[in-house]
Amino acid sequence: MSDFQIIDRQDFSDTTFLLEVCHPAMARAARPGQFVIALVDEHGERIPLTIADFDRDKGTITLVVQAVGKTTRQMQQTCQTGSALYGLVGPMGAPSHVADVGKVVCVGGGLGVAPVFPQARAFKENGAYVIGVVGFRSKDLIFWEDKFRSCCDELIICTDDGSAGIKGLVTDGLKSAIEHHEDVDEVVAIGPPVMMKACAETTRPHGIRTMVSLNPIMVDGTGMCGGCRVRVGGEMKFACVDGPDFDGHTVDFDDLMNRLRRFTEDERAAMERWNENCKRLEQAGQTTGTV
Amino acid sequence: MPVRAAEERVDDFKEVACGFSLEDALHECARCLECPNPACVAGCPVGIDIPGFIVKMEEKDYRGAYDILSDSNLLPAICGRVCPQENQCEGVCPVGETLEPVAIGRLERWLGDEAIKNNWNTLPHIEPVRHKVGVVGSGPAGLACAADLAKAGCDVTIYEALHKPGGVLRYGIPEFRLPNDVVDAEIANITRLGVTIECNTLVGRLFTIEQMRDEMGFDAVFIGTGAGAPNFMNIPGETLNGVLSANEMLTRCNLMMAGKFPDFDTPMHMGRQVAVIGAGNTAMDAMRVALRIGAEKVHCVYRRTEAESPARLEELHHAQEEGIEFHWLTAPVEILDDGAGNVRAMRCLRMELGEPDDSGRRRPVPIEGSEFEFETDMVVYAIGTKANPILGQTSKLGLNKWGYIDANETLATSIAGVYAGGDIVTGAATVILAMGAGRRAARSIKTYLGIRDSEAKYRSEQVGCAGTLFGIDLGERNFSPIRLAG
Repeated sequence: MSDFQIIDRQDFSDTTFLLEVCHPAMARAARPGQFVIALVDEHGERIPLTIADFDRDKGTITLVVQAVGKTTRQMQQTCQTGSALYGLVGPMGAPSHVADVGKVVCVGGGLGVAPVFPQARAFKENGAYVIGVVGFRSKDLIFWEDKFRSCCDELIICTDDGSAGIKGLVTDGLKSAIEHHEDVDEVVAIGPPVMMKACAETTRPHGIRTMVSLNPIMVDGTGMCGGCRVRVGGEMKFACVDGPDFDGHTVDFDDLMNRLRRFTEDERAAMERWNENCKRLEQAGQTTGTV
Repeated sequence: MPVRAAEERVDDFKEVACGFSLEDALHECARCLECPNPACVAGCPVGIDIPGFIVKMEEKDYRGAYDILSDSNLLPAICGRVCPQENQCEGVCPVGETLEPVAIGRLERWLGDEAIKNNWNTLPHIEPVRHKVGVVGSGPAGLACAADLAKAGCDVTIYEALHKPGGVLRYGIPEFRLPNDVVDAEIANITRLGVTIECNTLVGRLFTIEQMRDEMGFDAVFIGTGAGAPNFMNIPGETLNGVLSANEMLTRCNLMMAGKFPDFDTPMHMGRQVAVIGAGNTAMDAMRVALRIGAEKVHCVYRRTEAESPARLEELHHAQEEGIEFHWLTAPVEILDDGAGNVRAMRCLRMELGEPDDSGRRRPVPIEGSEFEFETDMVVYAIGTKANPILGQTSKLGLNKWGYIDANETLATSIAGVYAGGDIVTGAATVILAMGAGRRAARSIKTYLGIRDSEAKYRSEQVGCAGTLFGIDLGERNFSPIRLAG
């Protein structure tokens, strides 16, 4: 079977890391807004990850992963430069519609910072005036500032503690962008559901079209399981084939957030088991002196 | 055929039906009338020479019998297990007019299992032709099509979106009906013919059908992607946690091995009182999987009666034996919330049967004022599937009004050189019908590429006819190169 080699890894913080994976065909096919499904090993689960960047010349795609659950923590340990993923399929989902707009705000928070980058770049390539709004907890956790500056006409950095940029959430950055620019045509917001919901509420009174990228729980990612169904404008949609981009003003975020809690108990059990195993391995390593 | 006792089997995923012993098999062979014009062969969607292999078995030439069987079907251990023989070969067996028909399916399974056990594989002489054929989907249609084309000398690559091949054989049919080892062994028969299977490849998104033909050098393409998109009912409460499609449950359990969570990472949080909507084969599979994964009680909720249930009788009986509770003439109208976003119950209506509908079955009609609450914490939809939209979204393939691919009687689509067959053309059907379609498409592709149909008989009366040379159609462009001795 194909080998999905990891050719580079960068750690942005104690939880966030970047993997650059060799896959020339996917690098050629990928467009902004699409995602992949990755498998760490044969016993692994299929996890969806938004494509954060792709390099057609190098034949690579870039994924930014936040270690929050069992699988992503395992990836943090095992996915090193030179290792390979067991499975990688994509690009999945309909590509974002990068409209011919004059002025666009691209908002990324948390896990959404990386995936909003290819969209910002595509808008820039389309000739738009691009305002980037990216949020981090503090100054030390900021990444890709240079990449964003290279494709944004303005970049607003928001930090929770005010150690860099403006102190506040990305919605504060978005508000400030809208205040300074009356002619914003479109907003793209990617991040945790609660953040995307807040962004959609921020733009609703202004009537600015706001696209969000949804990441519900899914298994196959090809429209076969229906696990990723979301309520949009009163209708049921499959995020994997109808999305992942939807009009944020019509998405039922409360429904999405409830569905993301589907496996909370199992996720906790898997996490505990993983932590115990790690501890046991560590202890075994200490007694034999081979950490 | 012997089956394991219900109380013993409901806790594990080991096979329910045990298969024939050699004595059983020989006894069954002796019952075959060896009809001169066998109805069973015509009744088989892939046209297996059934009396042919039975005669060989009676002669105790089991290897010879397998060679005849595998000439038309390289997946006999699979088909022997999952084919609805009662509607096909066994349904037309003349022995069945007075007695039980010859158990052809079980004989097929016996031979298939023997072949796996003894590592028999029949590699025909393959003379390579210059053609490259791409197959989309590694389910039964794609595998059957690929096998025939590989035998004709084509260089065949199958693309599969999931990380393991087999399609519905892998993700859909549970292990207690079709063990994964059997699927692996018989797929190996196909790869031994030289077929390459590329998993993790989502055609339509990684590359399009048009790119396969125009840029990747495929002379012909076969699409066998199946009808995998699950239907929902569009009733209130469908996005509550605890509502899922049978596809999702089966994929989690069969492909992702959720039954072994946390050794395998994919969970399948099972409800206590599970209600499965629908009474087809998928519903039976989902219910029996639910029992084995830890549901306390599993209910089948169906708006018609047992007589209209589309499931195979055998599956229905197995489900009944295992303690599934059936609620006929019952239709859900709403799924109710427990206040925390989970399923608490369903609101259902009692139905009665009215006049026959388009399908010829009597239409269920709600009984007024019959509404009641059905207590459940997990609702599983097994009410059919529809066409997957990806290839339609990403190519210029002509689709019909339901989104299935439009194909003519030769299974040609609106794009030249692109053929389609199986569920993606007909809508959800059976494994063997999909295989039959795969074989039919392979024949059309051979004609399209100008490859001699190896099944066509040489007829001397055609010699000298216009358009032929030595009885071979002049349109054929792929005479095998003549090999000189020494």
